[in-house]
Amino acid sequence: MKIVTGNDLKTGDVIWWTGKGWSRHYGEAVDVVDAADTVIASESAAQRVNAAYAVDAEASPNGPLPLHIKDRVRAAGPTVRADLGINPAVPIVKG
Amino acid sequence: MYQYDQYDQAIVDARVEEFRDQVKRRLAGEITEDQFKPLRLMNGLYLQLHAYMLRVAIPYGTLSGKQMRMLGHIARKYDRDYGHFTTRQNLQYNWIKLEDTPDILADLASVEMHAIQTSGNCIRNISSDQYAGAAADEVADPRPWAELLRQWSTFHPEFSYLPRKFKIAVIASEEDRAAMRLHDIGIELVRRDGVLGARVFVGGGMGRTPMIAPEIAEFVKADDLLSYVEACLRVYNRYGRRDNAYKARIKILIHELGADEYRRQVADEFAHVKTLGIDPPLAELERITAYFAPPAYEQGISDDIDRSDPDFALWLDQNVKAHKQPGYAIVNISLKPIGGIPGDATSDQIDLMAELAEKYGFDELRVTHAQNIVLPHVAKRDLYAIWQALDAAGLANANLDLVSDIIACPGLDYCSLANARSIPVAQKIAERFADLDRQRDIGELKLKISGCINACGHHHAGHIGILGVDKKGIENYQLTLGGSGAEDTSIGKIIGPGFDEDGIVDAVERAIEKYREVRTPGERFLDTYRRVGADVFKGAIYG
Amino acid sequence: MVDIIRFRDDAATDQQPVGLAELTGGSNATAVRLESNEDARALLPYLAQLTLIEVAFPTFRDGRGYSAARILREAGYLGELRAEGDVLVDQMLSMRRCGFDSFVAQAPVDRATLDATLNRYPNVYQPAADAAVPVWKLRHG
Repeated sequence: MKIVTGNDLKTGDVIWWTGKGWSRHYGEAVDVVDAADTVIASESAAQRVNAAYAVDAEASPNGPLPLHIKDRVRAAGPTVRADLGINPAVPIVKG
Repeated sequence: MYQYDQYDQAIVDARVEEFRDQVKRRLAGEITEDQFKPLRLMNGLYLQLHAYMLRVAIPYGTLSGKQMRMLGHIARKYDRDYGHFTTRQNLQYNWIKLEDTPDILADLASVEMHAIQTSGNCIRNISSDQYAGAAADEVADPRPWAELLRQWSTFHPEFSYLPRKFKIAVIASEEDRAAMRLHDIGIELVRRDGVLGARVFVGGGMGRTPMIAPEIAEFVKADDLLSYVEACLRVYNRYGRRDNAYKARIKILIHELGADEYRRQVADEFAHVKTLGIDPPLAELERITAYFAPPAYEQGISDDIDRSDPDFALWLDQNVKAHKQPGYAIVNISLKPIGGIPGDATSDQIDLMAELAEKYGFDELRVTHAQNIVLPHVAKRDLYAIWQALDAAGLANANLDLVSDIIACPGLDYCSLANARSIPVAQKIAERFADLDRQRDIGELKLKISGCINACGHHHAGHIGILGVDKKGIENYQLTLGGSGAEDTSIGKIIGPGFDEDGIVDAVERAIEKYREVRTPGERFLDTYRRVGADVFKGAIYG
Repeated sequence: MVDIIRFRDDAATDQQPVGLAELTGGSNATAVRLESNEDARALLPYLAQLTLIEVAFPTFRDGRGYSAARILREAGYLGELRAEGDVLVDQMLSMRRCGFDSFVAQAPVDRATLDATLNRYPNVYQPAADAAVPVWKLRHG
């Protein structure tokens, strides 16, 4: 599946597209199937997201989980500062 | 230390207002992210993996207690209570809000600091020797020359959109503590017939294609310096490659032209530029130099130190270096606690270091390219009190230049360019060698880790270097041996296939144990490697 | 109608700029366009006949035109020096300092923003092609 992530323009927070708006929790992301470009274009134009891009994801007990390690670290927060992440339980090592 | 006059202050204040206006236009939607990006980068503001990151310039790594306190204040008020000292003697905040940045810059400007040109394809912060003004082996203090270059390069109208970023280092000792020849321009101050001048190296760098800068000018007089570097930059701005970002650094231009042809082109351009009157009179260098006059040392104070506390004695032997002034010493504060994050310091630690500088160190601190802090001028009688205060704050790690004094870039934990994490590898290696006796037996060993080929962690210059790569979505680590960023500059060589995170720690240990087995007395790891060659280590590492 | 921002009192030429090759091929044109990969010094023999030199900025990241402008001014060129292409308002101060005195920008330029940008800095650190006095000269007279 494809999910869309980006940053909040003002705060820089990592955010995920929920189909209705943006959440800081990756698990609330929705599969955009082939609509990523449309979502990114309209949400960027409305300044509701900055530097948005689509990532591959898979289903997990906590909702959609990004496949690539970079996006998992993005979802988790720095793995060396679990105190600072908002989703520190993201499994990082793949396979 | 240099102090701003009305002109310097007015320029930095105007910069704050300019960025305030740019942020306002961005938030109002008047400019797109594509248009805003070069503007924010020119002010050190990145959008990183988790948030905005702000890089604050610490010119030539020198700052006062008041400036250091401001760094702590900003970490506390606008960030998450810590900052990260970088390999270019700067400081980075990892969790900055765009809407706060104009106020942060205003706070910085109130203590004569800024974030100007800490990113972007322009001339970056000028770096220097962290022992400048304190080392016995320097021919002069390099910082006045660095400040002259800082002012010349600030908002240089011709060189703000270079093919790629441009880094300059200035040193004044034969011993190179600033990796001078791994910069786009490296300047070594030398004396010839009693006159101070610059030996200029151009075209060094790390990154994808590491190169050691060749000498381009053997002696440039002080009142020709700015014309000469202007000529160096103009040739680069006109002819540096712009078709491929990975080939756009000046080192590629010089490699393709050859040093002789580049030197000839610069000489032609210099002959022209020198007619334009861009060099300030020597009185300007003298004006700046006066700010770097030695502090008011006490004369005739004792060199004796009570070594009866064994932990203090260990720290003394490892982290305290000789000062040119009798009765004084240079203190290195290691930001490399075992299991910690290299270069990170909390707001409280930053405040404490500021306080120690104010109380014991003539109000001066330095940031080193190895991501540590220096108190450059400390009376030996105060060393024990300083050590006690540092120890209570977790800052008395007696591991300077040992295997756990690791340079590591932020890596994939923070950086959107990274392919692999650097910090966890640094932590595991430091933990493996946590025993200080073992570390001291191994001796000087520069271990440097980068999380991608951009080499911010200087792995090419590590006696042992580690490069993180992405191998089909899994972090993988390559091992290089034999690099050096000191006066014996060399580029490390990849030793064989890569490892996973635990494998690389084992590989490092096997390399070090092989060194202990075959070293001759007095040899450092690097010396042994150079004497016996890569194959001996390869055999030990891969069996 | 192309919007030209000019900082000159004379009237703009209506001549279409010719390419460098045409000029050096013997044209008596008074307006020329320099692409970003062309050598500004190739124009030096022709400066007396030129009243407009247009320097191309194919992207805002391509900074070669800044050096081209300074080289032309350093050689004594007094005619119109125009930056054309992906020229952003926040770059125009540096361009003015390098000697450009007219702009044809792809994206619309807000004049109030431009005026603020051009007048924001009270001082400069280095001499360039403009009349701004570097601070070292103010310090030492």
